[in-house]
Amino acid sequence: MDHGRERAHGELTRVLREHAGRLTASLVHVLGDFAAAEDVVADAVETALRRWPVDGVPDHPDAWLLTVARRRGLDVLRRRTVYRDKLARLDWPPRGDPDDRLRLVFVCCHPALPRAGQIALTLRAVCGLTTAQIAAAFLVPEATVAQRLTRAKRKIAEAGIPYRVPSDAELPDRLDQVLAVVYLLFNEGYLTSGGDRSQARDLADDAEWLAAQLAWLMPRRAEVLGLLALIRLHQARADARFTPGGDLVLLRDQDRGRWDRAAIAEATALLERAAALRCPGPYQLQAAIVAVHAEAPAWEATDWFQITVLYDMLLALAPSPVHRLNRAIALGHTPPPHGGPAAALAALDALTPADRRALERYPLLHATRAELLRALDRPRAARAADRRALELATNPAQQALLRQRLTWD
Amino acid sequence: MKYVLMFAETEEFAQRLAAMSESERQEEFARVGEWFAEHAAHITHHTRLQPHHTATTVRLTGDQAVVTDGPFVEGKEVVSGFAELDVADLDQALAIAAAWPGCPVVEIRPLV
Repeated sequence: MDHGRERAHGELTRVLREHAGRLTASLVHVLGDFAAAEDVVADAVETALRRWPVDGVPDHPDAWLLTVARRRGLDVLRRRTVYRDKLARLDWPPRGDPDDRLRLVFVCCHPALPRAGQIALTLRAVCGLTTAQIAAAFLVPEATVAQRLTRAKRKIAEAGIPYRVPSDAELPDRLDQVLAVVYLLFNEGYLTSGGDRSQARDLADDAEWLAAQLAWLMPRRAEVLGLLALIRLHQARADARFTPGGDLVLLRDQDRGRWDRAAIAEATALLERAAALRCPGPYQLQAAIVAVHAEAPAWEATDWFQITVLYDMLLALAPSPVHRLNRAIALGHTPPPHGGPAAALAALDALTPADRRALERYPLLHATRAELLRALDRPRAARAADRRALELATNPAQQALLRQRLTWD
Repeated sequence: MKYVLMFAETEEFAQRLAAMSESERQEEFARVGEWFAEHAAHITHHTRLQPHHTATTVRLTGDQAVVTDGPFVEGKEVVSGFAELDVADLDQALAIAAAWPGCPVVEIRPLV
């Protein structure tokens, strides 16, 4: 895709994303049927993607989408007279309130749906992606995504999954599911796990948009703000993460002049707002860790001890092998007496068998070991660890980096 | 909507129950009784099954009925009872199931 077309495509994506979810939400409200509403909007989105590049984006994209959805809906719902009548009487703007979109998110991320179904449904119903775009973003066949969507929608209808915002008592658990979906989308977009994605939709951007919508709809939920801050702190540094050739640049080698300082300051302020709600959680702590990195003027000036402490807090709330590995990395950079490469290697060696099994196929574990072993002047063991990391890495940029390190030695 | 909750026991659960004193076991049963009382308005029917060693399975293949000893799936989780609920939606059924104080696994199925 050339630059002009790519920009036009980005614009199209943003407009669709802004309106498709809203329209789905209002149609579910009007029709009272999630699957029917989702279908006609998905169809209108497909039509827009064909027509807008030729005719230009209409002045009122929302009204345009509604008109197409209604016309198409009357056709699709031929046999279902109840919906036809409701659709035919539908006026612009359709009834509905901001809460409608929140209901939409919660039904898409219902815990009774499998994770892959939650993701596909959220992308389509809330973000306005097409089945083809979801398939391209996750490198799976379009038929697989179509099947996940069909199954998820059938389960919603047949198992009686309600279309509502969970009660206060249920909300913390249900919100965890929603945030997990958004975070997973962000990670998938931020560190694509293989293949050539130049044509794929930018999932990191979709995840940021979703988190921003959630933060607007639920401004008093600390973890929602924490997740948005986390995503924005990463995004603020995205430009410096790759060379023009597409190779990954390590945090330590990044040109910090290319970081968006204003965006970092804004995200940090957001994180402070979250902290003021006095309800700490894993996303806020991860954001705090990223903020320590983002605020360091140089790699050498990073407050590693602070990062180690934040990882200890994170592990207390959300024990995970990956967080333990990251804590060991931070410990390796912490100057003595609190840390150092020997302490970090000891921490890795002290991982429980279960943690070790979980991390065994994770390239970063081996790359980290290699780095620590090199710092401790054990080059042969270091090379073996690097080779293991290279075997496991699936991301082309990661592979290039590891390969380069092996040649340098 | 109507749902059936299928209660399933595990071996660990059976062992834990067996290791209890009589009074502890009575307490467990009392908690289950309280659950039934609390949700009585939504429970239209419930029943408990005899232990799984009493199960017999009939497989109808072609024109033959093959009778074998045991449940149809030999799994770690064995269905031990049912309760039929009449509630608004899956979330209400989930909330009731989540409060179940008995065996450790509950499957929820909507009725046709």
